[in-house]
Amino acid sequence: MDLRLSIPGRFDRLEQIAKFIEHAGQQADLDEVAICRCQLAVDEACTNIIEHAYGGEGRGNIDLLCQPGAGELVITIVDYAKPFDPDAIPQPTLNASLEEMQVGGLGMYFMRQVMDAVEFSYVDGRNQLVLVKRREDR
Amino acid sequence: MEIATQDFKRVAVMAVSGRVDSATAPELESKLRELVDAGKTQIVLDLRNVEYMSSAGLRAMVSTLKAVKRVNGDLRLANPSPRVEEVLRLAGLTSIFSIHPSQEEAVASF
Repeated sequence: MDLRLSIPGRFDRLEQIAKFIEHAGQQADLDEVAICRCQLAVDEACTNIIEHAYGGEGRGNIDLLCQPGAGELVITIVDYAKPFDPDAIPQPTLNASLEEMQVGGLGMYFMRQVMDAVEFSYVDGRNQLVLVKRREDR
Repeated sequence: MEIATQDFKRVAVMAVSGRVDSATAPELESKLRELVDAGKTQIVLDLRNVEYMSSAGLRAMVSTLKAVKRVNGDLRLANPSPRVEEVLRLAGLTSIFSIHPSQEEAVASF
């Protein structure tokens, strides 16, 4: 069964989003670690939308769709800001010295590290991000 | 998120609980900055009760670490949960921060 959540793009809604993802992860029978990773990826994605796509809080909505499927959870995140270019986000400088370390861009890096698929597109005037987490065999 | 600060003779201990995300990380950074501005640059951040941390929380910690290192202080971490430890590891920060298994050991390390 598909699960949907539409919320204003504000940081104080991130906790509500985390609870929504937890519920969806349980529906997809993901284990606790996988659910935590989905929560991290979606939190980082929504933070990026609020900060970079909308340019601040309360400037537009974020729509989430969770589709628990056979052995996986597919999460689609939609915003209505200008087209987003994921390549414009700087790469974080990992394993650098402290003074050289730039932690900008970590959110995107985390998404790619913890999810099995991360795909951006611009469709019908909306940015669409699809995140996939596959269930590990137990 | 809740923050409780204890001031010892040489070290300030800040215990954080709850969620550290983009909604709450600015408050964490501002509380840490208050300590640094008050000349308290040997800080232990007790993460035992942090149930979730995103990159926004890491940014607050890294910016504080940079500030205290410039004045020969340090920000040391105590007892991160497995969830927080994974985020630290993903970001390559486990070699940047001094991480201790308990608050007592982190305080004693100064």
